Amino acid sequence: MSQAEYALRRVGLGMMVIIGVLMVTFLVSHVVPGDPARLYLGPRATPDMLKEVRELLGLNEPLPKQFMHYVANTLRGELGLSFRTKRPILEDLKIRLPATMELVTVTMLLALIVGVPVGVLGAARRGKLFDQLSRVVTIGGVSIPSFWLALLLQLLFFLHLGWLPLGGRISQDTLFNNPVRTVSGFYLVDAAITGNWIAWRDSALHMILPVCVLSAYPISLAVRMTRASMIGVLSEIYVTAARAAGLSEWEILFKLALKNGIVPTLTIMGLLFAYSITGAVLVEIVFAWPGMGSYMAEAILNDDVYVLFGVTLVVTIIYIVVNLLVDLLQAALDPRVRLGERAEM
Amino acid sequence: MVMISVWERWLGNRHFLRIEPGSAVWHFRRDKIALGGFILILIMILSAVSASWLTPYPNEGRGEPNISNKLLPPSTEHPFGTDALGRDVLARVLFGARTSLTAGMSIVGVSVVIGTILGAVAGFFGGWVDEVIMRVTDIFLAFPPLLLAMTVAAVLEPSLANAVLAITLTWWPWYTRLARAQAISVRERDFVKAARGIGVSDFTTIQRHITPNIITPILVQGTLDLGAAILTLAALSFLGLGVPPPTADWGSMVREGRAYIMGGRWWMGTFPGLALFLTTMAFNLLGDGLQLVTSPRARGEAQ
Repeated sequence: MSQAEYALRRVGLGMMVIIGVLMVTFLVSHVVPGDPARLYLGPRATPDMLKEVRELLGLNEPLPKQFMHYVANTLRGELGLSFRTKRPILEDLKIRLPATMELVTVTMLLALIVGVPVGVLGAARRGKLFDQLSRVVTIGGVSIPSFWLALLLQLLFFLHLGWLPLGGRISQDTLFNNPVRTVSGFYLVDAAITGNWIAWRDSALHMILPVCVLSAYPISLAVRMTRASMIGVLSEIYVTAARAAGLSEWEILFKLALKNGIVPTLTIMGLLFAYSITGAVLVEIVFAWPGMGSYMAEAILNDDVYVLFGVTLVVTIIYIVVNLLVDLLQAALDPRVRLGERAEM
Repeated sequence: MVMISVWERWLGNRHFLRIEPGSAVWHFRRDKIALGGFILILIMILSAVSASWLTPYPNEGRGEPNISNKLLPPSTEHPFGTDALGRDVLARVLFGARTSLTAGMSIVGVSVVIGTILGAVAGFFGGWVDEVIMRVTDIFLAFPPLLLAMTVAAVLEPSLANAVLAITLTWWPWYTRLARAQAISVRERDFVKAARGIGVSDFTTIQRHITPNIITPILVQGTLDLGAAILTLAALSFLGLGVPPPTADWGSMVREGRAYIMGGRWWMGTFPGLALFLTTMAFNLLGDGLQLVTSPRARGEAQ
């Protein structure tokens, strides 16, 4: 299969999955609970209101027709109105999403910067104390409930030590005295390019705890992936040859072996992203981080289920696209993938 | 019937009592970390089963309030303190183990059944049947796991059963993939070919010959996933979409405790969260240990 053919096939499959995802959310929102109008209006709706909304939402039409409408609307970005904010969900998301993405991006960078070297060292010192320790710590990292860890860190760093803020993305003072001009929506980036270092420092401080909690899982995953693949690479004959040729251990580990050893870690970036973004939902709630997760939490409290559907759809589509990109990148780097040699389950 | 023959096969093929050096069990016993996980799981199961005898306050564990004792810090009488309704937190944590364990087992159990059936059918028949089942599986795998469960749980009435249902909806595809991969390899074996050759029906072949030969790895995987299932349920409960009061549930307890934590009443949320952490970690330690003993490559020996 040529590069282009593979890409085309993969994009086609991605589109099919997106249609399928729409079908699932459609079925859950329109069929399962019985009455979407009641869902839309909440529990205190009068029969008249229900009738009106049913007309408005086109609920009297046959299901396939409704589904076509639903797909068309979603593709146009019309995810409906938020029951609570009375604004289009997409508009709300445009404000919320950058906050979440900033958190997720910093988390994933941290996962690679910390996770990869630790994994490499674990492989190099296999079975030694460092490796055993990192094994227990990483298993702990994938097991710890993020919302609980978040509370404990708040207790320690805010309540007892008073070193870090309790939550939020930036303090009110800073927002008032040194407002961040929106360019990318990432405060760290925007503050840096506008030279607003007071705001930069403030938003960085706010980010420490959420990022620490959120990265527990991705870091652990990166360590374990890197370690496992490095153990394989380090037993290759060319590594032995390099040792015989007198390369230093550092050069062998981080220059020679890592080049091949890091590939599997990069391929799980999609998975890391998925875990970071779902983890963000819980972490944002505890830290009052004004992103998508808090938006969902508010929606849950207000029975605003259309917001939940909207966010789920948007995030799922982003996730599918990320996976697609990772696959294409992998295929470009490694011909075996598009030739179908990878054991596909 | 299927289950019985599975267990007979399983027990018959393995010598449980004699541990040979170099065998999987032998490696596992030497792996102190994994053994620790196994012991933790036993403790958790025992405390879930005997929760009513382990605590002097079984009624509070079941949810009966005792307002006069509310918000007491940890003491010898209440080692984990008491909550906002005066209930002993230790008793609640013990009863919460019951909720977690039953919910986790339901999620995994139902998912394993669905996954094994679909995977066996897809792998056995191949062709368009396989294509349809696996594309549907792909669709469910395309959702970030917690999000779909959250949305479904929010649509349904809040109850333990509905939370379990919502999570199961995101859980089964993993076993379908596993079962399919196994079924494809079993399909080509001689005894399956022989069965088909003498005219055994497809249904019977899947039931008698495919399923018993693919179920072991799926059951092992399912057991190890219990920790993750329990953690997911707790996340839903923490969001207010899981187990409604008065049932004791770790996620809900952390949620309730959160409101009091900044007032210095740290014990309400800390202990149930710790129980949750240790339980999930125990399953993951066990899983890691099993992975090490079953794959020599991970052990770093065979090359």
